[in-house]
Amino acid sequence: MAEVRFEDATRTYAGSEIPAVNQLNLDIAHGELLVLVGPSGSGKSTALRMLAGLEPVNEGSIYINDEDVTLAPPQSRDIAMVFQNYALYPGMTVAANMGFALKQQKVPKEERIARVREAARILDLEEYLDRKPKNLSGGQRQRVAMGRAIVRSPQVFLMDEPLSNLDAKLRVQTRTELADLQARLGVTTVYVTHDQVEAMTMGHRVAVLRDGFLQQVDRPRVLYSKPVNRFVAGFIGSPAMNLVDCPTDHGVAQLAGHAVPVDDAVRAAIGSLDGDVTVGVRPEHLRLSSDGIPGEVVVVEELGSESFVHVHVDHRGETLTLVVRDEGETTTARGDNVHLAFAGATHVFDQAGDRLGDD
Amino acid sequence: MLGALAWFLGLTFFFPIAWMVLNGFKTEADANGDPMLTFSPTTEQYSTVTEKDLFGEAFMSSVVIVLLSTLIVMILAIPAAYALAIKPVEKWRDVLFFFISTKFLPIVGAILPLYVIADYLDLIGTRTALVVLYTAMNLPLAVWMLRSFFAEVPRELIEASQMDGASLWGQITSVIMPIVAPGLAATALLCLIFAWNEFFLAVQLNFANNQTVPIWVLSNVDDRSPFIARISAASTLATLPVVIAGWVAQKRMIRGLAMGAIK
Repeated sequence: MAEVRFEDATRTYAGSEIPAVNQLNLDIAHGELLVLVGPSGSGKSTALRMLAGLEPVNEGSIYINDEDVTLAPPQSRDIAMVFQNYALYPGMTVAANMGFALKQQKVPKEERIARVREAARILDLEEYLDRKPKNLSGGQRQRVAMGRAIVRSPQVFLMDEPLSNLDAKLRVQTRTELADLQARLGVTTVYVTHDQVEAMTMGHRVAVLRDGFLQQVDRPRVLYSKPVNRFVAGFIGSPAMNLVDCPTDHGVAQLAGHAVPVDDAVRAAIGSLDGDVTVGVRPEHLRLSSDGIPGEVVVVEELGSESFVHVHVDHRGETLTLVVRDEGETTTARGDNVHLAFAGATHVFDQAGDRLGDD
Repeated sequence: MLGALAWFLGLTFFFPIAWMVLNGFKTEADANGDPMLTFSPTTEQYSTVTEKDLFGEAFMSSVVIVLLSTLIVMILAIPAAYALAIKPVEKWRDVLFFFISTKFLPIVGAILPLYVIADYLDLIGTRTALVVLYTAMNLPLAVWMLRSFFAEVPRELIEASQMDGASLWGQITSVIMPIVAPGLAATALLCLIFAWNEFFLAVQLNFANNQTVPIWVLSNVDDRSPFIARISAASTLATLPVVIAGWVAQKRMIRGLAMGAIK
């Protein structure tokens, strides 16, 4: 059983005014796979390293199972970590790498061998136990790094972009295996990635960070359907949400001269504001139609099961590109004149970037 | 083409050495006459230079001084380099610069105070004097070299071993040392070579007693008779230990010096 809690945890690097992680509050439940996601410099890796004990906490505290570990050294936290470049000990065999932590704990040799064998069996590494890391492929090294973590049965797993050095196909495959392994072992896991697809597919919950601040933490579906601000809206989802600054008139936002459909709460919120709002609409919530916003097709991306059509529209006298999802076997081509209609949820953000409506 | 050029350059560099080694096996008459490749080899010069006890004494002095100073250098430099590379303090660059700045002063500029101090401490002509001075001479270089080897140890490896529960001692013995070992060997070998070759301090302080090998080579110069063959033999003997040590350590040394190249 391991629950992890960050309480106002802050880390400011020496020589920097701005904290890399700013007043982070997070509750991670036992057995949960929580993904920290954000662009580079968002503080996600720093937050992970604070939990690992590799980075000091300047303010606030970190708890594991209600025990304050803020000042505990990494050795005493019972946490295993998988590093981005795997950090395998180059002079040791795969078996020695996996057994290293047990050896440090003075686990008897027979038990050590048995536990390494068991982990190797789970990860399909049995035939490589006598090899040195340099004689392994990237995928095998990644599995050894995983093996080194699971052989210890730690309280918490930390993973710092563990898949980013794998090629695209292997990454997708390993992603699924990792999620499955985590579910089977049921160990609380904190997973850092900059890849929002990885975050959405793997995380039970996803925490989005930006410039050291936690933006939103929720289940992937909620992040997608109810982003709390403009940043999360633009960061989560691929292709990205269309985000357009729009003028308002009596609670109605105007996108390219057309009213943006919103529910009553949002309409009321818009009505209470002066000036522009940002309208967000996902590609699948727009459709090609016989009437609506007129525009010209510039790019058609055909992915097979669906296609994304990039359309130039005239908005406030400037040309703007909106992305629309269309069916896989689309007949639309570059140069076509089309119309766009709203076909689903819209999101509206005020000038500070916060979501309107809802509360 | 490049191979031919390399051979040409190699032979050009090797020529003076070959000339020295060949002269060592000639009689003085042959060595001072017209150079030719055919001559009747003789070990007469080697017998002459080694017949007095002087050679054995100088050899022993050199071995003791060189090994001892290198040992002390490594004992002092390893923790210093570890600290500078892995747990750097504030202003570590200044510290590093201080180390190398001690090499800026030409040694001739320091010899007078060194001599006075050594004389005051009754250390003139002792092995202790040269051990201390060679340690001081090689220490900055060793710290610099070792620091760069320690800096090559990926930070994540040390962090991984901390996460795996390794103590400081465990981190050093199981993770850091195996990676920097070739670097340690390369550094130690360089210190050995520099100390073995050192001439200036030895000639000033230990000309009369506890001569080292380079001084012994010089003592074979005789201004009353030709000495090219004799001194060639002496120089060849003085060169051998370094060549042998280099030969033995060659593989490790290259690996050590090329450490940054292999990830």
